[in-house]
Amino acid sequence: MIDQLAESRNYLNDDYRFRSWLLTTDHKRIAIMYMISITLFFFVGGAAAVLFRLELMTPKGDLVLAETYNKLFTLHGVIMVWFFLIPSIPTVLGNFLLPLMIGARDLAFPKLNLLSWYIFMLGGAVTVWSIVAGGADTGWTFYTPYSSTYANTNVILMAVGVFISGFSSILTGLNFIVTTHTMRAPGMTWFRLPLFVWAHYATSVIFVLATPVLAITLFLIVLERGFGIGIFDPKLGGDPLLFQHLFWFYSHPAVYIMVLPSMGVVSEIIPCFARNRIFGYKFIAFSSLAIAVIGFLVWGHHMFVSGQSMYASMVFSFMSMLVAVPSAVKVFNWTATLYKGSISLETPMLYSLGFIGLFTLGGLTGLFLAALAVDVHVTDTYFVVAHFHYIMVGGAVMGYLGGLHFWWPKMTGRIYPEWWGRLSAGIIFFGFNLTFFPQFVLGYLGMPRRVHQYVDDFQVLNVMSSAGASILGVGYLLPLAYLIWSLRYGKRADPNPWHAKGLEWQTPSPPPKLNFTQTPIVTEEAYNYPPAPAPKKQAMS
Amino acid sequence: MHTNILSKATYYKVAVLLGILLAATVVVAQFDLGVLNTAIALTIAFAKAALIVLFFMHLRYSWPLLRLFAASGLIWLAIMITFVLADVLTRK
Amino acid sequence: MSATTAHLAHQFDDAEQQFAAAELGMWLFLSTEVLLFGGLFCTYSIYRLWYHAAFVAGSQRLEQVLGTINTAVLLTSSLSMALAVHAAQTDDRRGIVRNLVFTIFLGCMFLGIKGYEYRQKFVEDLVPGPNFSLTADQPNDNSREGRRDKNNRAGQPPYRAPSQTTLTTEPDVGRVELFFSFYFAMTGLHALHMIVGIGMLGVLLVGASHGAFTPEYHTPVEMIGLYWHFVDIVWVFLFPLLYLIR
Repeated sequence: MIDQLAESRNYLNDDYRFRSWLLTTDHKRIAIMYMISITLFFFVGGAAAVLFRLELMTPKGDLVLAETYNKLFTLHGVIMVWFFLIPSIPTVLGNFLLPLMIGARDLAFPKLNLLSWYIFMLGGAVTVWSIVAGGADTGWTFYTPYSSTYANTNVILMAVGVFISGFSSILTGLNFIVTTHTMRAPGMTWFRLPLFVWAHYATSVIFVLATPVLAITLFLIVLERGFGIGIFDPKLGGDPLLFQHLFWFYSHPAVYIMVLPSMGVVSEIIPCFARNRIFGYKFIAFSSLAIAVIGFLVWGHHMFVSGQSMYASMVFSFMSMLVAVPSAVKVFNWTATLYKGSISLETPMLYSLGFIGLFTLGGLTGLFLAALAVDVHVTDTYFVVAHFHYIMVGGAVMGYLGGLHFWWPKMTGRIYPEWWGRLSAGIIFFGFNLTFFPQFVLGYLGMPRRVHQYVDDFQVLNVMSSAGASILGVGYLLPLAYLIWSLRYGKRADPNPWHAKGLEWQTPSPPPKLNFTQTPIVTEEAYNYPPAPAPKKQAMS
Repeated sequence: MHTNILSKATYYKVAVLLGILLAATVVVAQFDLGVLNTAIALTIAFAKAALIVLFFMHLRYSWPLLRLFAASGLIWLAIMITFVLADVLTRK
Repeated sequence: MSATTAHLAHQFDDAEQQFAAAELGMWLFLSTEVLLFGGLFCTYSIYRLWYHAAFVAGSQRLEQVLGTINTAVLLTSSLSMALAVHAAQTDDRRGIVRNLVFTIFLGCMFLGIKGYEYRQKFVEDLVPGPNFSLTADQPNDNSREGRRDKNNRAGQPPYRAPSQTTLTTEPDVGRVELFFSFYFAMTGLHALHMIVGIGMLGVLLVGASHGAFTPEYHTPVEMIGLYWHFVDIVWVFLFPLLYLIR
């Protein structure tokens, strides 16, 4: 019977022609296309990391030239931020699941969705071109006046690539917001929505309101580089800090773009694998919105030592403390959801639990950085590097991997090999901590970031970090291998292998092209997990 | 959710008002009133924008969510300008 | 099959839902545009605060009369756009076409005047870059000799480096050049939006002349109308901020 299901028409086998993929407006297919794209970009950004972690194994700058090193970390930052992290969950899981979760046939603007992918690929192509042409060495932050006046690398090309990709973000965010407002199935009220949807709504608000500012900022850099006028050059009357204001006005909310969707994933996985209603649904929903809004009011904490006024710094410091509150609320609520639950530790759950721990560490260190006095000492050191990697890798990437595993059966109709999943999660967790925990210590001891050589005293910790990075690399390659393997050899999936709640599990795996044979009518609350003992999940190999 | 149909007369009246405001802007700019010049110019610009948004763009007759969406851009811009000025104006 | 269902996209349940989605989407898009231009306005405000005298000097080199005419042109085009939507709502097919044509005409007139202004700036060496020069009261000498003389400044830097930082009272050449950078960036970005708008209006015109829009379905006319009005509003702010600085 299951095989009959598999042969039935679904969005994957609906049309096998290549152009049916390239011209698709099906949100599910677009999600798959994004998934392949961001995976490729992830490995490009990762390759740069391999190179510079190799360099950092020895105190001397002996592997690459200083300028090359600068280009490597720039490449790593630009690709990982704009071509992996920011798109990852929203364009892969968000695109795939949002219409399913609200009971719709597609997003509000399917053609715009396809355009979004093409724009993303165009931006990626231009950025890769700038790398191949020699790269830029300004750091992903493009600080002026170096980037606008003095650098003699491919700044304009890279800035243009990122500029283009920004429009992809804006269109995705716009699509999600309009879809959530107008296309919910009958009975799907706002407070019955999965928290994944709330998280993506909040993320989309940031997409839509922050990204245009990035666009105009990069535009001004290109203008200044092209015409030599003094917008950001102090010699010509410009103010470099103004660039930083504009840049961080986008880039700080951008980090919430990177973490909010992960939180949405965790909010889906925890109740399922604890067989418990989520604790404090409305608190989590409103916290997502609060993070999005308050996240726009904290950007000056990146500029405490750049010449910003003391008064403004104090305001930003206070707001930065405030933004931690809704995040903490979520952590408490997820933990409370576990209480008296019937917990099982499948791969998605391992990633989610890992997320909670690592995100907490990352978030706490963020508070240390928000404190002006501490920040003066650790700013621009490896402390900051460790902090944001705990959130972005320990948090966002683990959330992405957890979500990928959780919804893999739905997206592909196949079950991945569970023991390989758990093993990889363990390797990643271990490798991640070995890579980045030493960096907290390094930063505290004073090792600056973005340097290719350092004082001998720092070598031991750097070697630990690089060793961790190689383990982490292996950890990332494993899912690539077994997930692809599962496409051919994995067990075929039921509609609901995890016995989870949510409309996406009420349709076959993989779903048919129009998602549901009949528009669902929602009558129960979200996360309506019964207090009964957990049913046996579909057997994992 | 469809917008009301405003009469042509309303549109013409709004257009005339816009023209008067334009004339006012230009006239005031001929005199040097110090800081007031900018203040008046911006006030009139906002008034013109309000007329266009409310009547030509039908926001006066729209549902509340639409007005929220319309306002959000402005509010966020206000956040940007306020906080940047908070820095710029308080530097030594 | 009524006109509405013919236009119903597969993801929507009914025409109301589709229209609501279109409205929300367009207003959200316009909010993103507010922030796009907003970044420029924000930066502009800071520099106007710091270099007021230079901005006054720059503003005085702009042609106020042409700016005023252009504002009037755009405001009128907003009127005709609103009337085009009205015509669609009241099943006045000729009215839609007439008003769209008029809107496009006014849009092109705006761009023509802007183009003329740009050319004047080029001739007067007020385009930011190596040729920027503030020699005041130059005759509009478009002859080859005139242009050659202007460019005969080999070896001289295009501007002096400023010696003070904030709030100079002397209009510094470098800072007037900054004013003109904003002038070109802001009006240029605006003009780009106008061009896109005129393009879309052209597409609408083709549809309208084939009777594509009815009182039941004229969503594209309304949505592009919203865009057009927005572009007008941007100009309503640009005009006093660039042309009327005192």
